[in-house]
Formats: sequence, structure tokens, C-alpha cells
Amino acid sequence: MLSFRWNRVTGDGKLWLRVRRNWQLYVLLILPLLWLAIFRYAPMYGAQIAFRQYSPAFGIEGSPWVGLANFERFVNSPKFEPVIVNTLVISFYALLAGFPIPILLALSLNQVKSRFFRNSVQMITFAPHFISTVVIVGMLFQFLHPRVGFTAALAGMLDQPSPNWMGDPGAFRHIFVWSGIWQEMGFSSIIYFAVLSTIDPSLHEAAVVDGANRLQRIRYIDIPGLLPTAMVLLVLSTGRVLEVAFEKVYLMQSPLNLGVAEVINTYVYKVGLLSPILDFSYSTAIGLLKGIVGLLLMIAVNHAARRLTNHSVW
Amino acid sequence: MATMKSYESNINKVNESAIDRVFMFFNNSILLVIMLIVLLPLIYIVSASFSSSEAVIEGRVILWPVDFSLQGYQTVFEHKKVWDGFANSLFYTFFGTIFNVVMTIIAAYPLSRLDLVGRRFITFAFIFTMLFSGGLIPTYMVVRDLGLLNTRWAMILPTGIGPFNLLITITFFRTTIPSELIEAARIDGASDFRIFASVVLPLARPIIAVLALFYAVNTHWNTYFMALIYLKDQELFPLQLVLREILIQNSIDASMLTDVEDLVAREGLRDLLKYSLIVVASVPVMALYPFVQKHFVKGMTIGAVK
Repeated sequence: MLSFRWNRVTGDGKLWLRVRRNWQLYVLLILPLLWLAIFRYAPMYGAQIAFRQYSPAFGIEGSPWVGLANFERFVNSPKFEPVIVNTLVISFYALLAGFPIPILLALSLNQVKSRFFRNSVQMITFAPHFISTVVIVGMLFQFLHPRVGFTAALAGMLDQPSPNWMGDPGAFRHIFVWSGIWQEMGFSSIIYFAVLSTIDPSLHEAAVVDGANRLQRIRYIDIPGLLPTAMVLLVLSTGRVLEVAFEKVYLMQSPLNLGVAEVINTYVYKVGLLSPILDFSYSTAIGLLKGIVGLLLMIAVNHAARRLTNHSVW
Repeated sequence: MATMKSYESNINKVNESAIDRVFMFFNNSILLVIMLIVLLPLIYIVSASFSSSEAVIEGRVILWPVDFSLQGYQTVFEHKKVWDGFANSLFYTFFGTIFNVVMTIIAAYPLSRLDLVGRRFITFAFIFTMLFSGGLIPTYMVVRDLGLLNTRWAMILPTGIGPFNLLITITFFRTTIPSELIEAARIDGASDFRIFASVVLPLARPIIAVLALFYAVNTHWNTYFMALIYLKDQELFPLQLVLREILIQNSIDASMLTDVEDLVAREGLRDLLKYSLIVVASVPVMALYPFVQKHFVKGMTIGAVK
């Protein structure tokens, strides 16, 4: 404390003195900053190949400048519409269905009187979060297998023809979204549950004295208490609507469902690293477009959230 | 859960109204159903993995193992690829997590010090990577130009520091290490290095545990994306890529099934093997899960309730 004040009275050189006094802290930061520059900011510099016709022979700066040609090519390509539509439909479906469920789960768990029951539900719903994406999709393939799967066994018991859901393009989105909810609802509810436990108990006590029932207490105490956290998380996930989880979509794709399952991220990967003629510039342009739109979207939603509810991320 | 206040017990001494009792009945029933929906598929996988291939293929397994057998596990453990993948994943997870934790801690401590000039700017530089990135191909080009493609380094170095993890660590240092303590150490003549080593690190043990878990599970053990992009050699593949081949692409080395003559039995074993593999791949994390759950909860809550 003493030294802070001392810094303040030294006037002119105070900033430099503070830097010099803390030089060892900057030494600690050297490696992290070096890593940040190489693995996070160098790619941002390299993203300029979106505006060039990149060829390995000329390097990043040496490749010819083509302006927005790569972006125009994507916007005018027949792939543009389906890829954008698929991305948005999957994202908003996942958001609309997946956002309220953890909140409801937390509200509902918060009402449970038995500690044992509450902990059991939490422990079990939390568990699938730790299962890897590959295993989850592997499980889906096994369960929904038209011949040996769980659904086939069930259909057999009911004397129904067994469905082939994994091969059905119409089922793809539902399977993707609801398996995601199955896996993550417990984990996502943790934050809300933690926030509920910070709500002042005297509010509930006063409400009980006034004759409020449980539903009314949820409506007028718990939900308003969750609103700030919910808003922050909503803004963050809206900023990520174009980032449909690559790992899972890519695993669930098959020639049968590609019409509904091709999203921006998988398309970027295929154009850039998988196709016979690799097109780094084109792929980067699509990725960059996604990144910029995502950033703008997040800023817009944050602004709207602040206007409407007075809660926002920044 | 640990922070659950005890107000419920006070309130519940008051007699519940009829409407509340009806509400609680539905509330608990719905939770029970949700719990079963999560639990049953998991039970089914484990049961199928311990059943005979005939029972699995004929769809006789519903809830409990039918014709108990270890055939599936035997086939899995005879598969060299699975073992190699397992060993590789352990390697990446172990060294990768050490790298991640060290980097996160040495970045977070200086940034948690309010007297550090440039603190806001540097913190923002890290957080910004959460909002925007150079993208897949430019990142790939950096890794390629560093000569890391198809090496074990490619699985470790690019992971570095997760912005969310950095944020919770900064918050942790701010809230648990009183600035008076650091000032006192300074007045005693300790340098910042000395303070970091003998005051900060010993107090950082809980956050190190949380970080190690987050990185080990989310960044390393359970992911396959980086391996898919950066690795070509089979010998370097982590378990998740091996799983992808077997579970998703359905490519099972025929040599694995040689001792089974009958085509139908071979088909059955192919399916049984998958269930056993799912169990084997998930056991390391699941076995830790009950012990680490509270750390995970703690980590999530540090981030959320500031």
C-alpha cells in the first residue's frame, strides 16, 4: 500500500517506475505472450490470404491481391445458400431448445427437499458431459441402427418396421439437437443452480409468510434472480450461432444427410484441407466471413440485451 | 450443491399447502423421468458390452446383460491400434495439460495484479481470441510453417491458454490472494519471482486442480479435431481418432476377427466390440468423475458468480 502512494507522488516517471518495479511480472508474461502472438495473432495476420490468391510458392505477402473476389465467389456459389441456411437452422434450433432446459432443470432441482435425490439427479445428468463427441455419435449410431440398435429392438417388440433414423435427412437436426441436450443439460444447469443458491433466503422466507406458493416464489424470486446470468449466456451463445460444433456435425455427416448437415465449419474444412484442389484463400475467406458476422452479431445482441433488460456482457 | 443454503429446511417446517404438494409431486416425477432418460442409455451400453454377440445382434439386450460374456472386451484388448491410441492419448493429455496449466498460471498471476501497467490491454488481447480468430486455414499454416505437422508437438503447443480458463484463474487470484499479503512480502524484501514461488503457488493448488481437469478432459482426452487436421501417421493417432475409425467409419481390422469363422458371428462381434470399446474409452474419465465433480462445479461457478 505504501509503495502505491509513493508511486503516485513521484509524478513524471511514475508509469515507467511502476513498469520497472514490476519487471519480474513481465518476465513471467513473456512465454504466454509469445504463445499468443504465434498461435493466435499470427493466424489473424495470415487471414489476409482471404483477399489474395494464395499460392505456397509466393507466400502470404507475395501472393497476388484479388480484393473481395473470394468472398464474391462464395456468395455467388450454389453452396452459399444451403450452407448458411443449414448453419442457422441447426444453431437456432439448438439455441431455442437448449437454452431454457438447463434453467428449468436448475429451478426444478432447487425445489427438491431431499438432498440425496437432488445430488443423484445432478450427478447423473452431469455425467454425459464427460463422454467424448466420438463416443456420443458412436452411441447414436448403435442405438439407432436399423438392424441391431435399441430402436430396432423396440420396434421389433411392437411389431413395427424398424426405422433408419441415422440415414434419414429429416431426422438429422432433431437427433443432433436432442442428443446435445441429453449430453449437456446437467452441465449447463450448474451455473444457474449456483446462482440460485446465492439468492437471499430472506426473500423466500418473507414470501412464505405472505402466503406465496412454490410456483409464485419461482416466478417472482428465482427467475428474476437468474435473469442477469441467463442474459449473459444468451448473448455469448448468440455470438456463436455460426459456430455449429464441428466435431459432432462432421461425425454425423453421411452422403444421405449432407443436404441438411453441411454447415460453414465443415465446408471450410473440406474446401481447405480435404478437397483434391486445396483452396486456402477461398476457405479462409469463408471462415473470415463467418468470424466477422459472428462478432457483429454478438455486439448487436449485447446492445439489444442492454437496451431491453439492463444486463449485458460488457 | 455444497453451497446450497439451508433455508429450505426452515421453510419446510411450515405446513405445505395442497397446491405446493401437487407441484412437488409433478416436479419430482419430472426430475425422475429426466434422470432415467439420461441413465438408461448408459446402462444399456454397459449391459450390451457384457453380453454375448448373439444376444446383442438379436436385440435381446434391453436393460441387463444377456448371456454374460467378456468376448467384446477380449477383442478390444487384442487390438493393437486401440492400445496405441490409448497410450498416445495419455501422452498428449499428460504433457499437454502440464503445458496448459503452467502457461495459464504464469499468465494469470501478473494479470491479476492491479498495479501491473498494461494489464487491461493484455487481458483483452487474450479475451479477444474468444470472440474472433484467424480461422482454420491460417492457423494450420502457422503450424505447418513451424514444422509441427505430423509431430506430437502439434497436439500440445497450439492448445496453450484457453481464454475462459485464464479468466477464472485471474478471478481466483484476485479473490483468494489478499494484496496485503503481497505487499507484506515485498516489504520483507521478496522479489516478485520469490512471491510467485513461495506465496502464490502454494495458495493456487485448488485452481491448479480445476485447470488440470478442464484442460485434460476438454482440451485433450475427449477431442479429435486437432489430430484430424495435424496428424497423418497412424502411430501418432490419439484414441478418439481410432474410435472414429471403428465406431463411425465402421472400419474394423479383419485380422481382429480371424478366430471367428462364421460370418454371422463375425458381424455380431463387430457390434459387440463397439459397445466394449465405448466403455473402455469412457472409463478413465468416468472413473475420475465422482471425485472431480465438485472441482468442475467450483470452476464453473468461479467463472459465473464473480
